[in-house]
Amino acid sequence: MTSESGVMTNHNHQRPVIRTQALTRHFTRGKKTVEAVRGLDLEIQQGELVAFLGPNGAGKSTTLRMLTTLIPPTSGTAEVAGHDVVRSRGAVRRSIGYVGQGNAAAFVQRGRDELMSQARAHGIPRAAAKTRTDELLTAFDLQEHADRPVQTLSGGQRRRLDIAIGLFNHPEVLFLDEPSTGLDPQNRANLQEQIRRLHEDGTTIVLTTHYLEEADALAGRVIVVDHGVVIADDTATRLKERLGDLVRLGFATEADAAVAAGRAESVLAGPTLVERTGTQVSIRSPRGADSAPALALDLAAHGTPASRMEVHTPTLDDVFLDLTGRSLRESAESTTGTQTEGAAA
Amino acid sequence: MTTITVPTTQARRTTQPKSRPTGFLTDTWTVLVRELTPKLRQPASMLFAMVQPLVFLALFAPLLPDVESGSALQWFVPGIVVMTALMGASMTGADLTAEIRSGSHERLLVSPLSRPSLLVGRALKEVVPVLFQTALILAVVTPFSFDLHLGGVLVGAVIVSLFAIGLGALSFALATAAKEQDWVFWTVQQMLIFPLLLLSGVLLPLDGAPGWLRFLSDINPMTYVVEAERALFAGRFPADVVTGGLVAAAAVAVAGVLVGVRTMERSS
Ligand SMILES: Nc1ncnc2c1ncn2[C@@H]1O[C@H](COP(=O)(O)OP(=O)(O)OP(=O)(O)O)[C@@H](O)[C@H]1O
Ligand SMILES: [Mg+2]
Repeated sequence: MTSESGVMTNHNHQRPVIRTQALTRHFTRGKKTVEAVRGLDLEIQQGELVAFLGPNGAGKSTTLRMLTTLIPPTSGTAEVAGHDVVRSRGAVRRSIGYVGQGNAAAFVQRGRDELMSQARAHGIPRAAAKTRTDELLTAFDLQEHADRPVQTLSGGQRRRLDIAIGLFNHPEVLFLDEPSTGLDPQNRANLQEQIRRLHEDGTTIVLTTHYLEEADALAGRVIVVDHGVVIADDTATRLKERLGDLVRLGFATEADAAVAAGRAESVLAGPTLVERTGTQVSIRSPRGADSAPALALDLAAHGTPASRMEVHTPTLDDVFLDLTGRSLRESAESTTGTQTEGAAA
Repeated sequence: MTTITVPTTQARRTTQPKSRPTGFLTDTWTVLVRELTPKLRQPASMLFAMVQPLVFLALFAPLLPDVESGSALQWFVPGIVVMTALMGASMTGADLTAEIRSGSHERLLVSPLSRPSLLVGRALKEVVPVLFQTALILAVVTPFSFDLHLGGVLVGAVIVSLFAIGLGALSFALATAAKEQDWVFWTVQQMLIFPLLLLSGVLLPLDGAPGWLRFLSDINPMTYVVEAERALFAGRFPADVVTGGLVAAAAVAVAGVLVGVRTMERSS
């Protein structure tokens, strides 16, 4: 299929571009065995843009390394672009592009030389390779840095070169392992633009990232993994909806707060969490932002008016925190007190 | 469907080169060119490395006693060529440890390059300078008491190249197994090359050696390569010696590539 016809994603495609069945990978070092990926069942359709999220050591890179033929699975199977990653490694390699967590270009090499060697590895004729090299150097703003040793490039310039190399062969399926790490905001925006363009061209893209805003802005589908298993797999919007909005209310007295907590249970549609700490009540509920005004009116009508109200719609970071119990951000800014499900007595 | 799609619309100005199957030789050439490019960009360092065996020869040759069969140089030069190949080829994996650490090796592994070509191309990067060094050595010693026999030298070059490819592949495998730990690579490399060298009779003949040393020498494939080179460089083609050298070199090459591919596919 040409990229032109792939612009409109074909949703009822028969065969997923990526399919894994009980994909598992263990690492054994001495007597210790790490279960990096545990029984992954995954289907990714052509043209999807999927973000893998998960804390450090969750198994994201290991999954990508299996899908790109770098390491064989301990058990289970995986197919990429219709080829088995163990039995048809060559065919898989010709169909994919991969940007690993490390650097694609050797430090002693020059960027342009590495792009040309990538072209040769893929059997791309010289003239086409030259055109493509210039195109990628321009797209990633690397023209000035292409003719000196990679060693002398800055971290971000090197990262952009990695991505350019990974995109060289216009892969059918593109794997990006933390592509934006080390990029400044402008270059990150540029990268997102490039990824979006590839997505419009029909390329199937799987990326990992620790920037949740990035996953939110880019990906149609978010897969959260932790301890080697998928713990959530949905669109970012639905993941956030499911978590619900946070409504925080302040009251004059603790007694008022206790009464209000009880009312909130009956007024709001299925709150997932009602928690009182002192004169404060926090409620998490689907569409909580929409029902907050009604709740305020109700509380006033019942003689326990709120003295202040805050409404937070969740970010993907909140979803992540809720799912894994860990924040992706280095500075864990959460200050949750004792969480009591339901109203305080 | 064409593999190269010339952009048709101005809106999306990207070319669409597609991956095409390549053969072993093309892939080997790709790897070799990639390896040699940074070296060619620094010719000074290449030249310096090039003259090293000459320095060795200049310092060592005057110490050689005269041997009954011809000149000392005639006996010594083929050994120096094999030694240069051994030193060069055993270093094949040295650059690899850096590339494993940085991630560029991973990128090559994901590319469609055939696995043996990754080994052979990299080993050839060390063989090419060895061939140039050989030519240089011969050019320097021929005016002295050395008779150049071009036919023998060419056959000798083939044997030494095969041997070096095998050693290079083994060095590659060693680097792959050592992973990020450079010291493992260097320790094993140093531990192996000196016994190989001394037991092959490159520097000193092993004729008067005790039995156990002779035995070790007999199971060292390099011994046969050196013997074959000595005959060939003297313009002699004794079938058993030449075949012995060729078989030993080919065995090292095959074993090296097999072990190398296996190690590559098993490494995580
Ligand atoms: N080659 C290896 N040998 C031993 N253990 C490994 C190896 N590679 C990964 N692991 C272990 O497997 C687990 C998963 O690692 P992986 O690299 O897949 O995590 P990740 O989700 O990519 O994390 P990060 O966000 O830090 O990149 C970790 O516990 C890691 O230490
Ligand atoms: Mg990772």
